[in-house]
Amino acid sequence: MNVLLLLVPIALLLGLTGLGAFFWALRSGQYDDVDGAAWRILEDEADKPDA
Amino acid sequence: MSCCSPAYDLAVAEEEAVASADPQREELRRAGRGGEDGTVTYVFSVPAIHCGACLATVERALTPLPGVLSARANLTLRRVTVVLDRAEVSPVPIVETLARIGFPATPVDLGDLDQLGRERQSTRLLIALAVAGFAAANIMLLSVSVWSGAQAATRDLFHLISALIAVPTVAFSGQVFFRSAFSALRAGRLNMDVPISLALLLALGMSLAESLTGGTEAYFDAAVTLTFFLLVGRYLDQRMRERARSAVLGIARLAAKGATRVEGGSLSYIPLDEVEPGMILRVPAGGRMPVDARVLAGESDLDRSLVTGESAPVLATPGMRVEAGVLNRTGPLDVEALTDTRHSFLADIMAMMEAAETGRGAYVRIADRMARLYAPAVHILAAAAFLFWLIASGGDWYHALYTAIAVLIVTCPCALGLAVPVVHVIGASRLFEAGILMKDGSALERLAEIDTVLFDKTGTLTTGTPRLAATDIAEGRDSDAARALAARSTHPASRAVVEGLPEGADLAVLDAREVPGCGVEAKIDGRLARLGRPSWVAEIGSPGLGAPETSGLAFAFSGGRTAHVALEEALRPDAASTIAALERAGLVPELLSGDAEAPVRRVAEALELARFRSGQTPADKIARIRALQAGGARVMMVGDGLNDAPSLAAADVSMAPASACDAGRLAADFVFTRDSLDAVSFAFTLARRARALVRQNFALAVLYNAVAVPLAMAGLVTPLIAAIAMSASSILVVANSLRLSVKDRAGRGAAAAGPAQALPPRTERAARAPAVAA
Repeated sequence: MNVLLLLVPIALLLGLTGLGAFFWALRSGQYDDVDGAAWRILEDEADKPDA
Repeated sequence: MSCCSPAYDLAVAEEEAVASADPQREELRRAGRGGEDGTVTYVFSVPAIHCGACLATVERALTPLPGVLSARANLTLRRVTVVLDRAEVSPVPIVETLARIGFPATPVDLGDLDQLGRERQSTRLLIALAVAGFAAANIMLLSVSVWSGAQAATRDLFHLISALIAVPTVAFSGQVFFRSAFSALRAGRLNMDVPISLALLLALGMSLAESLTGGTEAYFDAAVTLTFFLLVGRYLDQRMRERARSAVLGIARLAAKGATRVEGGSLSYIPLDEVEPGMILRVPAGGRMPVDARVLAGESDLDRSLVTGESAPVLATPGMRVEAGVLNRTGPLDVEALTDTRHSFLADIMAMMEAAETGRGAYVRIADRMARLYAPAVHILAAAAFLFWLIASGGDWYHALYTAIAVLIVTCPCALGLAVPVVHVIGASRLFEAGILMKDGSALERLAEIDTVLFDKTGTLTTGTPRLAATDIAEGRDSDAARALAARSTHPASRAVVEGLPEGADLAVLDAREVPGCGVEAKIDGRLARLGRPSWVAEIGSPGLGAPETSGLAFAFSGGRTAHVALEEALRPDAASTIAALERAGLVPELLSGDAEAPVRRVAEALELARFRSGQTPADKIARIRALQAGGARVMMVGDGLNDAPSLAAADVSMAPASACDAGRLAADFVFTRDSLDAVSFAFTLARRARALVRQNFALAVLYNAVAVPLAMAGLVTPLIAAIAMSASSILVVANSLRLSVKDRAGRGAAAAGPAQALPPRTERAARAPAVAA
């Protein structure tokens, strides 16, 4: 039972971390051109999305 | 060009090449936005971008240009964002470079862009979706432990944690539904969001009461997964709409944005809305008339094809009245403004469009029609369950209420919420692959119901550019000379000559000049040669064989025989096969054109169209549509001109080629970017299949309810059963919708083929397209 007091917060924290990471990705423009990103992976040149 | 050759209407490409070379650089400069660090950002709309190779081609071509800090192409929005390091760097080379490599670009008005950004719902929906997804995953984790036997204090703890996650999540992510349900109720209507909101709120409320009193059954997981699934549908729907809108908004603007004013011998550039009647304006070759005007001076050919549907160029003469939007082809004109922008021909058309559009607002989407039946049925069932249990259990309020709420939760139209958007999103992406942009899902529904298709002629059934039909120019020197002369002009007739005559020796051409309204003349081998209007050419040549022709072009060396060139309107590729396919599908095609009877009759005969009307004004076209609609017909309009715009808005559903005028593209539900008219029958077939799938989805959802509702009313549904049943029905509906992405094996080759199948070379294309003599 006591282990729950540890595990439930950990589970929530991990979930929140994922949510936070998603918001960061959204804000940094990684979802601006979803179709383009699918193609860019095939390009050999070094390439990164601009902010 | 590689696989990327855009199937882009050539007339547009030409016009844009002219427009980008025109001296109105100031207009281009105004499109830039200065940053704090001195850089200037330009956003260009480049509709020709359509695959990964295009991204690399565009970026590689732009990055080395002087002053370019970064260039990034966006495939989703078909835009290129270019950052220049100083305000002094001219953006003109960027547009020219893009045009040279086959990507005609126009600057995006940043006002439009800001508005688009503000209206951008999809990001907000995506955030709501992410929050709901996070909550659904965590609550499901806790629910699984409860279902697998968590007891007493542990169960209550898990329920309370679930409540702490679920309540804020639904409050945040569910707003979309609450708002829509509220506004529907306020207007006295029922839509799908009413039962959704009710189920969400009741499930949450009941579960809260249950967990606070140490009860065993809570529906937090159901409420949150429901929100999640429904938001997936909403998000997909929204994204599709935004993408199409930004693509349509982006395709080259044809209307002038400003005008060059002539005042006491000096020229100044003024914004369009400052133009007043009486002002003297100069319209450069390649420019469009900013307002209705009267020609004062200058000689030029006017292209009215987008405005009135006339296919042949008209010679501008002093005193002639010209409508706003008419393209000035060959020479600069000085004109006197007769109206301001609010009272021009363009403004009249806009007003007609607005008036025509009201008819379409009456269309009720399938989902809403379903909701009108579904919502009352569900609410009655829940009420019946409540009353039954209240009586059967002898006044046990709690149990009766609990059962009624379970009915509402189980019947919550989760599958119904996905039934339509998933099909439409897949349909939109299939259309997108075939070069067709769709504005919103209801267009696909309306398209499936049509029984009559009205076509415009110029620019829709025909390409709008003439080509060479027949000529008696002698082969060898004469032919080479005519070709060399034609190469000095950008007039569409000259281009037809360049492409129509066989390639020969390059001749030295001296003193070439283009005489607006007449043709091109030059000295070749010391002799004067002319190519142009027959009457003008006849001044120097001796009469040719046969009767002197008045239409088409003529060519002669000074003192030599006058040879004639007949031009014809080239039909759009696959026009005949599209008409035949539509007739096979049981639709009635009809031709409505603003052009004169003779050319309309020729096109109609070439396409075996039995019904056609010529000389139609915009009002006539609307009247025809209204008459058909009054007779019970569902009408689709396919057109490109400004004169078609009101009828595009009036028809039940409408389609326009990418070469259409702004007003036409904005009014149309579908815009097709490839040359082939095949797009019309492809879209129609797809719409029919989409409708069949939507109906199947509704049938599946009803079937699910037929099983789940009796169980719920009998009080047998537990949160576990509800969660499984609801997810299963949603997955079933999505899986069924995915069948739309399966390509038909037979037929449909041309339109269904991906971008790899590009435009064939011009000569081959011209040979393939049947044509009519003009």
